Amino acid sequence: MTIRVTMTVNGEPLTADDVWEGESLLHVLRERLGLPGSKNACEQGECGSCTVLLGGEVVCACLVGAGQAEGADIVTVEGLGDGEQLATIQQTFVAAGAVQCGFCTPGLLITAFDLLNRDPDPSDATIREALAGNLCRCTGYEKILDAVRLAAERAR
Amino acid sequence: MTQTDVRAVGSGLGRIEGPAKVTGQAKYATEQDDVQDVAYVWPVPATIAKGTIRRIDDAPIRAMAQVLAVLTPDNAPHLQPAEDGELAVLQSRTVSYRGQFVAAVVAQTLEIAREAAERLQVEYDVEPHDVELTQDHPTLYKPDQVNPSFPTDTEQGDVDEALGAAANLVDHTYTTPALHNNPMEPHATLASWDGDELTLYDSNQGAYSAQQTLAKLFGLDPAVVHVVSQHVGGGFGSKGTPRANAVLAVMAARMVRRPVKLALHRHHMFAVVGYRTPTIQRIRLGADAEGRLSAISHDVVEQTSTVMEFAEQTALATRIMYAAPHRRTTHRLARLDIPTPRWMRAPGECPGMYALESAMDELAIECGLDPIELRIRNEPERDPESGKPWSSRSLVECLREGAQLFGWGDRDPRPGTRSDGDWLVGTGVAASTYPAYASPSTATARAAADGRFVVRIAAADIGTGARTALTQIAADALRVSTDFVRVEIGDSAFGQASLAGGSMGTASWGWAVTKACTELREKVERNGEVPVDGIEVQAETSAEIEARSGYKYQGFGAQFAEARVNIDTGEVRVPRLLGMFGVGRIINPRTARSQFIGGMTMGLSMALHEEGVLDLAFGDYVNHDLAEYHIAACADVTDIEAHWLDEHDERVNPMGSKGIGEIGIVGTAAAVANAVHHATAVRIRDLPIRLDKLLGRLPG
Ligand code: FES
Ligand code: FES
Repeated sequence: MTIRVTMTVNGEPLTADDVWEGESLLHVLRERLGLPGSKNACEQGECGSCTVLLGGEVVCACLVGAGQAEGADIVTVEGLGDGEQLATIQQTFVAAGAVQCGFCTPGLLITAFDLLNRDPDPSDATIREALAGNLCRCTGYEKILDAVRLAAERAR
Repeated sequence: MTQTDVRAVGSGLGRIEGPAKVTGQAKYATEQDDVQDVAYVWPVPATIAKGTIRRIDDAPIRAMAQVLAVLTPDNAPHLQPAEDGELAVLQSRTVSYRGQFVAAVVAQTLEIAREAAERLQVEYDVEPHDVELTQDHPTLYKPDQVNPSFPTDTEQGDVDEALGAAANLVDHTYTTPALHNNPMEPHATLASWDGDELTLYDSNQGAYSAQQTLAKLFGLDPAVVHVVSQHVGGGFGSKGTPRANAVLAVMAARMVRRPVKLALHRHHMFAVVGYRTPTIQRIRLGADAEGRLSAISHDVVEQTSTVMEFAEQTALATRIMYAAPHRRTTHRLARLDIPTPRWMRAPGECPGMYALESAMDELAIECGLDPIELRIRNEPERDPESGKPWSSRSLVECLREGAQLFGWGDRDPRPGTRSDGDWLVGTGVAASTYPAYASPSTATARAAADGRFVVRIAAADIGTGARTALTQIAADALRVSTDFVRVEIGDSAFGQASLAGGSMGTASWGWAVTKACTELREKVERNGEVPVDGIEVQAETSAEIEARSGYKYQGFGAQFAEARVNIDTGEVRVPRLLGMFGVGRIINPRTARSQFIGGMTMGLSMALHEEGVLDLAFGDYVNHDLAEYHIAACADVTDIEAHWLDEHDERVNPMGSKGIGEIGIVGTAAAVANAVHHATAVRIRDLPIRLDKLLGRLPG
C-alpha cells in the first residue's frame, strides 16, 4: 500500500505521492522531495546525521515514519539560512573550521541550532550533552564545540 | 596579472566548500539531481562464512512488482581478472566470508529492492570455517612482502645474543582487535550508462585510479569511463580503491539500462569495505644499564583472507624509530575465512606503534628512566636500517616542547600513587611517526584573459581540505591572491593523480600544481599578456619524484595523555590529550589542526572503545553497527590540543610539507595505555582498554 504525504518543509508545502507506508521521513526527504542535505549514515538513530526539526522537536529522520510526518512542519539543513544569508550557526561552523568531510555537518547544525534556541548561553557540558547523539569521524569535535560557543557569543 | 607578495601557504584560508557543506548543497555521490529515472540496488550478503552457493531461488523475486532485475553469479557480466580479488563480485559460487555479496536486487524503489533482497532465498553447501587469529595458527606463512612493497622480515646483528646479554629486558605481547574505518558516509555509487559511455558518481579517495581499475575490470577503454567524486564523506583508507558497491552498480545499470544508485548500509560495511587486521605483536627490547638499546625485535602475527593477500606493514615503524645495533622485524599471516583486511588510517604504523611505544614505556620503568629521556637516548642519527640520512627528524624537539606545554616536568614516575576523589590519575607519553611519501600526479593550469586561473587535478577531498590547500599552493606559485584561483578536483578526466592515501595527497598534488602553475606564470610573463582564448599548461611530476632519493623522508611527533580511572568502576576518562608534531611546513593551520585533532581522537577511540567482535560460530563481526561498534563521541574528548614545530625541510618536496592525515592516530593509543598504567599500575596489553580489564586489578 502506498500513501500520499503532505508536509511543510522549510516553510514550503510539499507533497510526496506513492510513498510506501514503511518509508522513513529521511528517505522521503532525500529521494522524493529533492532535499538530500540530511544524510543517511546508520539508519538506526545512532549517528544523528539525519537530524531534522519536526514540529520544533529534534528527531532522527531515519526513525520517523513518513506517515508520522503528515501535516508536520519540518526544518532541514537546507532551510536554516534565509536563502541569501547563512544562519549564525552555519557561519560559525565555517569560521571555526568545524567542517571536514561534511557528512555529519547537517545533523550537527540542526542539533546545535535547536540547542541555541532553547539555551542561548549553554555551558560546555550542556553543549557536549546536546551533541552527544551526533557522531563525527573526522574532526575530533573540538572545532564543533568552538563553532557552537562562537554562535552563542555572536547572538549576545 | 594581479601580483601579490602575500603568501597564501601558511594562512588559515577557510574551507572553500565550507558554505556548500553547511547549507546541504554539497552533492555527495548519490545526490545528483540532474540524473533522472534512477533505479535502486540492494545487495544480498552471504549468511555463511565458507562454502558454495547451491541454488538461488530468484524466480519469485523477479516476479515481484517493481523488481527490475536480480543479479546472481549465474547472470552477472563476466569481469576481467583483477589483482584485487574483492572486485570479482558475483564471479563464482564460492563463498569466502560471511557478508560477501552473493546477489543483488535492482528495483524501482529502494524499499522494494531491499525487501526483495531480504526475501531472496539462497541455498548453500556449507563447509566448516576458520575465522580465529591465534599466535600459532597452523596456516601462518611468510608473505613475499608487506604493504605496499616492503621486505617481510629484516634482520641486523644477532638479536638473540644481544637480548641474552642485556641488563634491562622487556618481552611482552600486545594485541589489537579488528578496527573498522567507519567513515560517516557509507560507500556509495551512482552509475549511469549513456550508450557505451559510463559515468560513475562515486565516493572514493581517487577518481582517476577508480576509473582505471573499473575500466580494466569491465574490459572498457578508460576513455569511456568517467568517474566524478566532488564531495566524499570520509574514507580513512576504506575508499582507497573501488569496492564491491561500484562493481555492482556498474553491472546493475547495464542490466536494467537505467541509472542506478547503490549506497551501502552501515551493516554491509563491516564485511565488504575492509577494516584493520587484528594483530598479535611480540616485542622484545634489550638495553644496557643506562637505557641504551642493544636489541629491538618485533614479531607480528596478523590475518588475511582467502580472497586475496593483504599484509599490513605493522612492524615498519619499528625499523626506523630507535637506534640499536641488533634488530629484527617479522610478519606472519594467517589465511582465514574472513573479509579481507584493508587499509585503515596509518596502516602498519598505527597498530605497530601501539605495541612499540607501550614496550618503550615498560623499558623506561625497567631502566628507572623518564620515558622521554629513554627515547632521547636512543635517537638514531640516520635511518637505522637503510643508513640514509633523515631529510629532517624532529622527534626529540617534539618530545621536549610537547612535555613543556603539557606540564610533564614535575611528573612523579611512580605508578598507581595519585588520586583525585574516586579517580586514579596518571600521565603517559608516546611517539608518533608517519612516512612522507609522494607519488606522480598531473595538473593542468589555465590562465584566462580576465586575470583568473583554473587549476585542474584529479585530487580527492575526503574531508582533508585538499581543495583549499591546493588553492593556496596554486596561488603562491602563480603569485596571485587565492581570490583569482579556482581549483577543480574529483574528476577522472583531469588525468593521472595520487590517491588521497598514505598521507601523500597534498604533497603529490601540490607538487604537480606547483609545477604547472610555475610554468604557467613564466609563460604568461614571457607572453606579456594572456590572449583571449587563454593559456594552458600541463605538468607531470614522475621525473621529480623519481629523483627524490638519498634521504629518509619521515614525519615525527609526540603525544601526551592524562588518564583518570575510576577506582570503583574501572571507567577510563582521558581529560587531556596533547600532540606536538614535526611535519614540515603546514599549508593551512586551520584545516591542519582539525586533521591532527581528528586523528588523535580516532586514536583515543582506538584506545578506549573500538573493537570488531568476531562471532566464532557464525564467522562475522557481530557488533556491525554504530550502536555496538563504539566510536568516540563528543563527550569522550575534553581537552585536546595539537601543536607543531616550525620545521623546515627543503628536501622533501617543493612545499616543504609532510603529510598530516595519518600521523595523528599513531601513538595515541600507547600514550593512553601508558597513562592508564601510570594511574593504576596496571598494564593493559590488549586493546581496547575496557573497564573489565582493569576491574579487580586496581590498587587500594
Ligand atoms: S542516519 Fe539517522 S541517526 Fe544515523
Ligand atoms: S566532518 Fe566528517 S564526519 Fe564530521
